[in-house]
Amino acid sequence: MAVDIDFSSSSGDFSYATTYAHDAGCGLGEETVRYISKLKEEPEWLLQFRLRALKVFERMDLPKWAPLKKAQLDISKLHCYLSQGERPKTDWEDVPQEVKQTFDRLGIPEKERKFFAGVEAQFDSEMAYANLQESLRAQGVIFVNSTEGLLHYEKCFRPFFGTVIPVGDNLFSALNGAVFSGGSFIYVPEGVKVKQPLQAYFRINAERFGQFERTLIIIDKDAEVTYLEGCTAPKFDSDTLHAAVVEIVALPGAKMRYITVQNWSNNVYNLVTKRAIAHENAEMRWIDCNIGSKLTMKYPAVILEGEGASGSVLSISVARDGQRQDTGARMIHRASNTRSRIVAKSLSIGDGDSTYRGTISMGRDVENCRSYSRCDAILMDDKSISRTFPHIDCRNDRCIVEHEAAVSKISSEQLFYLRQRGIGESQALSLIVNGFFDELIREFPMEYGVELKRLIEMEMDAGAGRKREGARNVC
Amino acid sequence: MFHGLLLQDISVGSGEKFFVRGVSLVVPAGELHILVGPNGAGKSSLLKALAGHPDYAVSAGEFFLDGENLLEMTPEERSRCGLFLAFQSPVPLPGVALGRMLQVARQERQPKGAPIDVRAFYGELCNAMESLGMERSWATRFVNDGISGGESKRCELLQILLLHPKYLLLDELDSGLDMDAVNLVAETLEKLRRAGTGILCVTHRQSLLQTLNPDRIHILREGRLLCSGGMELAEELHVRGFQGF
Repeated sequence: MAVDIDFSSSSGDFSYATTYAHDAGCGLGEETVRYISKLKEEPEWLLQFRLRALKVFERMDLPKWAPLKKAQLDISKLHCYLSQGERPKTDWEDVPQEVKQTFDRLGIPEKERKFFAGVEAQFDSEMAYANLQESLRAQGVIFVNSTEGLLHYEKCFRPFFGTVIPVGDNLFSALNGAVFSGGSFIYVPEGVKVKQPLQAYFRINAERFGQFERTLIIIDKDAEVTYLEGCTAPKFDSDTLHAAVVEIVALPGAKMRYITVQNWSNNVYNLVTKRAIAHENAEMRWIDCNIGSKLTMKYPAVILEGEGASGSVLSISVARDGQRQDTGARMIHRASNTRSRIVAKSLSIGDGDSTYRGTISMGRDVENCRSYSRCDAILMDDKSISRTFPHIDCRNDRCIVEHEAAVSKISSEQLFYLRQRGIGESQALSLIVNGFFDELIREFPMEYGVELKRLIEMEMDAGAGRKREGARNVC
Repeated sequence: MFHGLLLQDISVGSGEKFFVRGVSLVVPAGELHILVGPNGAGKSSLLKALAGHPDYAVSAGEFFLDGENLLEMTPEERSRCGLFLAFQSPVPLPGVALGRMLQVARQERQPKGAPIDVRAFYGELCNAMESLGMERSWATRFVNDGISGGESKRCELLQILLLHPKYLLLDELDSGLDMDAVNLVAETLEKLRRAGTGILCVTHRQSLLQTLNPDRIHILREGRLLCSGGMELAEELHVRGFQGF
């Protein structure tokens, strides 16, 4: 079962001329929100939700530590909604030509046949394709886009929607609340274990566009699922915005693994809020891999709500010239006997900037909780930057919190050793960096791991052959 | 064509900082030579410079391997020409498995695009490990990471057996070894010498001179080659010490 997945940064760099039937125009105001809501034939409560979110967005600002100013987003120049007015198809043959061409070129239909239990493919604002294996449908698994989720499965959707990440959580969640479109709604019924992953692929095709998908996943008692998302966009001269919200509810005993391979082109601002709530004995794992984008701000979180719940975040990030990966994790221990684990590894190349922000919080009333975090960074060049901001808030003495961090530079002695064995410089760098990421890559489904290694190797090729001295670490 | 290493008037360093000045010597294929000298004589610097270490630039002179001018080559090209430097204290490479590194090193010796026979390679690796008394788990251990001095020497020897160099530069290969391990090193080197490998072995310990039974001995002090000779030099050294030269 080998899937050939090309993660290379250039493979997504193409776009086809597309005519859009629906365009919310440039900028964001009440009329934009009403336009989207009307087009989607949404109920009144959702329109009110959106309008409330818009108000929050208008008066909210970014926190002081953010590596971005609100004004930089310049939404007045962006299209917040673009679609062709077609419902998602269940057969690739029915998907509009240029959209199908795009996904063919990205290899999505082929991968679906070989590897996935279900696939959704979003093109700009709406899903163009959605399909789920018949056997899973028969077991009651729901895998649809967010609009369909709220229209057809309101009873299941509405009680959870916006509860894990409230509208006012942060600037981007408010923005998303106002204009969200697309993203997945998934429900896995009690006891159903979905063996093959479900995949969503997010594609930005249009220039000066903002993609705001919203995903809600509910895993019922003792159910299991793996969800995998990939993202690419062509490289435009102007900036593009991607502000998604992902909410996950893992009910008692549920197991969820959420894997992201983010490879946006480097004109994309990737500002994403991801949070899961894990009830009794539930297991939530985020595997987060950030290779592309101009700036990423993303700190996947797990609220450990029920006793015995566990959460983990494994994070890989690569920041090349001109890129900033501001990533991390948050673990909120709200029940006793909960466990969390964070392993974050970053590589900074050229003037690339990798930042880790972590929050571990344990209240006064919990006991016997454990949290372990480790952040390792490699700096490749003299201009490379790595920052670590761990925040630990433990209000009792009955829990154990561990944090480790290490920054290293590939030394000239290490390079010389490998070169003396006949290994060329870029191969030598690859060996060291792949070794560095190896323990995390092993946690990916195998086919993805192989491709991820190849992608990192390609990033290394571009990083080879420069001077490596006196890199900075800001801690 | 002459088969051997040829150092002609080699100087390493420049300005205020000279490591080695005007060293000339010849190590023919199939011979074992020992370069002996006190600490700080410039022995290690000379070996690193010959292997192409960027911090030890050869500032004058010429260096040939079987007639090829190595000074114009990158470190990896010199290695692929058949030059191997065994380090005194090899640097740890956390994350890089020994077997994987050797596989890549072998791959890099192939003509462009030609794959290596991975199964045959691992078979060879297992045999070599067995001959050195190393357990198979070594293949997946990280190179030089958290290992003792003795273990690191074994790893260097293992790499020599797998990469089949024509010439060896050995930097204090005996340091930190017990007598059994020294004998193992000596045995392995003897086999290689008989098979036609040229060996230049650096040491500051006179005791190794007897064990290795070299073809020639060279004495280096303060960056200069004082004299060269046969086993009779070992006797003289024993009597007079380095200061006597």
